[in-house]
Amino acid sequence: MAPGLRETRSRLHGPPRNRPLRAAVLLVGALTAVPLAVLFSAWASPETAVWEHLAATVLPNLLRNTAALVLGVGIGTLILGCGLAWLTARCEFPGRRWLDWGLMLPLALPAYVLAFVVQGLFDTAGPVQRLLSQIPGLERVSFEARGTPWVIAVLTLAFYPYVYLLARAAFLGIGRGTLEAARLLGLGPWGTFLRVVLPTARPAIVAGLALAVMETLADFGAVSVFNYDTFTTAIYKAWFGLFNLPAAAQLASLLLLLVALALAGERRLRGAARFHETARGAPPPRIRLAGWRAILAATAGGAVLAVGFVLPMTQLVGWVAVSAGGGLDDRYWALLGRTLLLGGSAALVTVTGALLIGLARRRLGDRPSRIAADLSALGYALPGSVLAVGVMLSFAGIDNALNTLWRLAGGGSLGPVLSGSIAALLLAYLIRFLAVANGPVDSALERLRPSVVEAARALGARGLDLARRIYLPLLRPGLLTAALLVLVEVMKEMPATLLLRPFGWDTLAVRIFEFTSEGEWQRAALPAVTLVLAGLGPVIWLARRSAGAHESS
Amino acid sequence: MPDTLLKLDDIACRYGELTAVDGLSLRLRRGEIGCLLGPSGCGKTTVLRAIAGFEPICAGTIRLDGRDIATPAGGLPPDRRGVGMVFQDYALFPHLSAAQNVAFGLRHLPRRERRDVARRLLDLVGLDGLVDRYPHELSGGQQQRVAVARAVAPQPPLVLMDEPFSNLDVDLRERLGGDIRRLLKEQGIAALFVTHDQHEAFLIGDRIGVMREGRLLQWDSAFALYHQPADRFVADFIGQGRLISGVLSAPDAIETAFGMIRGNVAYGWPAGRRVALLLRPDDVVPDPAGPVEGEVVGRAFKGAETLYTLRLAPDAEVLCEVPSRLDYPIGARLRVRAEVEHLIVFAD
Repeated sequence: MAPGLRETRSRLHGPPRNRPLRAAVLLVGALTAVPLAVLFSAWASPETAVWEHLAATVLPNLLRNTAALVLGVGIGTLILGCGLAWLTARCEFPGRRWLDWGLMLPLALPAYVLAFVVQGLFDTAGPVQRLLSQIPGLERVSFEARGTPWVIAVLTLAFYPYVYLLARAAFLGIGRGTLEAARLLGLGPWGTFLRVVLPTARPAIVAGLALAVMETLADFGAVSVFNYDTFTTAIYKAWFGLFNLPAAAQLASLLLLLVALALAGERRLRGAARFHETARGAPPPRIRLAGWRAILAATAGGAVLAVGFVLPMTQLVGWVAVSAGGGLDDRYWALLGRTLLLGGSAALVTVTGALLIGLARRRLGDRPSRIAADLSALGYALPGSVLAVGVMLSFAGIDNALNTLWRLAGGGSLGPVLSGSIAALLLAYLIRFLAVANGPVDSALERLRPSVVEAARALGARGLDLARRIYLPLLRPGLLTAALLVLVEVMKEMPATLLLRPFGWDTLAVRIFEFTSEGEWQRAALPAVTLVLAGLGPVIWLARRSAGAHESS
Repeated sequence: MPDTLLKLDDIACRYGELTAVDGLSLRLRRGEIGCLLGPSGCGKTTVLRAIAGFEPICAGTIRLDGRDIATPAGGLPPDRRGVGMVFQDYALFPHLSAAQNVAFGLRHLPRRERRDVARRLLDLVGLDGLVDRYPHELSGGQQQRVAVARAVAPQPPLVLMDEPFSNLDVDLRERLGGDIRRLLKEQGIAALFVTHDQHEAFLIGDRIGVMREGRLLQWDSAFALYHQPADRFVADFIGQGRLISGVLSAPDAIETAFGMIRGNVAYGWPAGRRVALLLRPDDVVPDPAGPVEGEVVGRAFKGAETLYTLRLAPDAEVLCEVPSRLDYPIGARLRVRAEVEHLIVFAD
């Protein structure tokens, strides 16, 4: 029997039993859709006065800065990511094994942490310039570690791993057979690289590039360390500085448009093709580098690893060591506790949402659940600041309606009910990180093949017994991984938390923002180290998974 | 029939517009091994899933052990039917060891006994020493054996097997097929297999059903399917052969290009009726004095024999199996005669 037929069948017989699932998925879909719809509706009724003001004041500068960053970081991550991926995936030189996973480590370092460490190290009062001034002839050299090149450098170092990871997987995925076939068809080594390797890897490289560009557009923490104006900082200033939510909304919708452009660009550059080549048989032999080439390769990789991870970490640990008591006081523990509580709740909500969507897509497979699934994947593309504005506008709208109803019913003023509540923040996390949870939850559901459940039922298991003996043990690892990934993402998240957190709900990232905006690098070091250590977990998971995927095959 | 275990009466299953199973009836006796054979998409898997309780039926009844387990109004849920099932992908529980997989359906037994039963069954299927392995540490054939042991562990009266050997290579199929048949017979468990491979069906089944487009065409022994096929599809599907046309000259004699061929039964048609006669490769024998001559248009070397396709006329071909030491090239002409024991005749 055709397996497709079987699935159709169980779907046809699904609806009566699956009504709660359908309702839950529609709820998740609606929750993700509403803030987006609210933002888009800002385009439907542009507030001319606000726009004129913006155009006359900040807009030209914002657009110029954003364009410079996107271009600079795009080129930077492309060169760094692809070059390093080629070296570690296809070449052999001393230290390659270490660099292979070591070059993923910068992923654990949030861009804003790297930014403030670079500031602390290189700015006028920093150790580097003090050192320079002791060299005869250089006493008068003085510069500010600010401006476009510095921001581009920091963001490139922070975001190149996206390109690196995807390009590396693509390079590793090209099978020996493909390369040998190309050689037999008359292509030389360079011809093979240009006409077979690059075109095959292009979709992956473009996907990585798109991620880097979207992170650049979304970045708030790093650019604010450098006092560099972009849309995210402008949204923050409009909201908190001028209490002008409409202006923030217009800026957010413009940023959303840029993100959409980046996504569309990715689709276009990637072309219709998605190449999923799984290398069969032996991997192609690596290109052995010797002599100065080997030294060059090792130095390049080592330098990126040093500047992108080792040096910043060393400096952070140094700062923690010199600050009194390391800063490990009650306030720190309370902060960590609240961060974990918030991250844990967000993980619970998000993993539940991802599980519902995954189940619905498999069990129902109908239009609404497919749309909900697509929407849930979109959230990760939304910059935190944009999302915060969307959630805030939706909740303010609901609050207004509630207040009106209450007054009509004869009550007094209710005041804000939802806006400013923890629910707003959790919703923002849910939307933003559903896509993060989707991956592991999906692969967990994949293990739960229909035949496995049927086999258990044929052996007499049902109801809770079935859940306890089959569903839970099979899903648990995936759900835990998803929860861990979301927890770490929430811990590192800065702009949405900053804009939406209720009073008293500071997280480590918020504290870092507060310290760094005062220039207190040393006091920001401990929360930063905590975040990096937490972030190492997912990076190790990622490195293991990609190693496993290519060594077991 | 007192010892009927499974009885399907005129069942039908539909997927929306598509009728997957249509008016199918069959009986399986206690301890008997049945096999549903047919090309993919013929509805054979749907029959198994309907018996197991994973597909509803929209007409007819399914009776197991004298009670209705499925009717169009509904049926027992799969977990109460007490029917074992071996899935095409084995569907082993990846988080449980081989022994734990086998013990899964033995909840009613005390723990120690569960373990003993699992060990004994894994012994029986030749997996002693692998009881603590996890599914991913087992080869395809070993996983298959665990799946069978798991299905028979609760001592169900009936085990269903959905293409159980389709993921294994040919050698392994034959060995496992024999092993599983022996195990089922020893335990007195009836089974219903589904396969598209007739050799597999002949190897394992006591009784074989040929299905086509949702219908059961014939439910019979392997011998009967080969020598007394109920219709042209069965004749074509089982074994090899070609139809040649002829005219009935007497109730048991057919005039053909090979001359008069006599059968051992009388046909109900009037004399002069045009019919089609099935000739199997062993029905056609080379003979220098034979009545017809054909041109060799195809040949397949099979070791001891070579199978020739002979063209007698532009629209008439027969197959002929010849000891391989006699070698005829393509294009050679070969005289043959017919030597038929069981006449297989269809109205033309």
